[in-house]
Amino acid sequence: MLKKTPLNAAHRALNAKLMDFGGWEMPLHYGSQIEEHHRVRREAGMFDVSHMLAVDVVGEGARTFLRQLLANNVDRMQIPGKALYACMLNDSGGVLDDLIVYFLDPRRFRLVVNAATADKDLGWMSSQRARAAAAVTITPRRELAMIAVQGPAAREKVWRALPQSKPATKALDPFFAAERGALFFGRTGYTGEDGFEIMLPAAEAPVLWQALLDAGVGPAGLGARDTLRLEAGMNLYGQDMDETVTPLECGLKWTVDLESPRDFVGKAALLGAPPRAQMLGLVLLERGVLRAHQEVDTRNGRGEITSGSFSPTLDASIALARLPIGVQPGEPAKVKIRDKWLPARTVKYPFVRNGRSLVAGLSSSFR
Amino acid sequence: MSIPANLKYTDSHEWARPEADGTVTVGITHHAQDLLGDLVFVENPALGRKLKKGEECGVVESVKAASDIYAPISGEVVAVNGDLGTAPEKINEGAYDAWLFRLKPSDPAELEALLDAAGYQKLVEAEAH
Repeated sequence: MLKKTPLNAAHRALNAKLMDFGGWEMPLHYGSQIEEHHRVRREAGMFDVSHMLAVDVVGEGARTFLRQLLANNVDRMQIPGKALYACMLNDSGGVLDDLIVYFLDPRRFRLVVNAATADKDLGWMSSQRARAAAAVTITPRRELAMIAVQGPAAREKVWRALPQSKPATKALDPFFAAERGALFFGRTGYTGEDGFEIMLPAAEAPVLWQALLDAGVGPAGLGARDTLRLEAGMNLYGQDMDETVTPLECGLKWTVDLESPRDFVGKAALLGAPPRAQMLGLVLLERGVLRAHQEVDTRNGRGEITSGSFSPTLDASIALARLPIGVQPGEPAKVKIRDKWLPARTVKYPFVRNGRSLVAGLSSSFR
Repeated sequence: MSIPANLKYTDSHEWARPEADGTVTVGITHHAQDLLGDLVFVENPALGRKLKKGEECGVVESVKAASDIYAPISGEVVAVNGDLGTAPEKINEGAYDAWLFRLKPSDPAELEALLDAAGYQKLVEAEAH
């Protein structure tokens, strides 16, 4: 029996194609995932992400606890409302999960973790709390729904649907959040576009969903979410990283604070073992579609695609790949698709940000 | 669910249509494109290639997945639909108009052994359960 979000009936009413995503019945698309993708890049789309879990960490010891729990440094958050992307590591430096943490007030933080890892994360957090004898409560907020409204017109449309939210959210900078009553607005997302991630009581979610539809926000499924995040160069947990790799091996060095004297779970392992591989982007130079687990041949040896798909914005196939140390962006590579080795080029990612391609010299004539 | 009565079908979701000139046109069904979602890549067999019934001879790929194409009957490839190279989405827009390739059958009796519309309908219904 699949778990259902508070918006399940709304998805069915919109004729969504539903799929099993980590035990949850979620919309894959509502007709065309490519159209949904373009709508987010050009205007505004919304995703039901209620399968993800908000976890509140509250208490005098909250900051101290998170300082050692997360590989990114929560002391980078000093202004209430600030958000931070971080990995939670095990003792050997492997990635248990990636998450967003919001600093709400000096004794209150909110983490948003992945659906498939939520139970594991809660277990790990409570064992770490015991290990550190931390004075915090850890409260999963399963009663909250979450809607991500993304795109260049997303904020305007949210304000049209929820005029009373405008005063509290108008001045929010990117990567900040604000609360208004039972509603939580984060100017964050997983698409490379502007927008809000809104958390609210489950019972109120269908009303907001409808108001957003009425304001001209198109529904978008997990299919579009995946191509949008791939273009934006954002990792997907379970695909681009897991417990067998460190953040240094999946392009997340920028989220790991190894400079400050602060200790955190996994730090000793990261300092003790240099990365065995690196993440780079790939663009396929012929027609075809890059997919996860395809083999990549570079001048420094073999690697593997971790996420690959068709990029609707670039009209080409792109991928994230774990490649040998030493491979530079801009070098030629070959990817094995079925029985053929097809030419590709390594690139820095993101591929797309705020609706614009960041990949130079790409001809779309080969699709 | 749209399953034209004048076509023959395979259990791997290709359709086959006998033409007046004796060739057989091949495509994928409406149901197949619906399962795949937005198509972004089509690889057809080479012109002149001689196929055996059931042989893997091409690929259609959506954003989500790749799916092999199997020859519904034996024969030589005498035409391929080049439009699909730049516009694979035409299959989503009309799966029975956007054909993949044409075969000159080597054993026309093979066509009769394929599923008819009612048989294919049953197959699709069975897969849904």
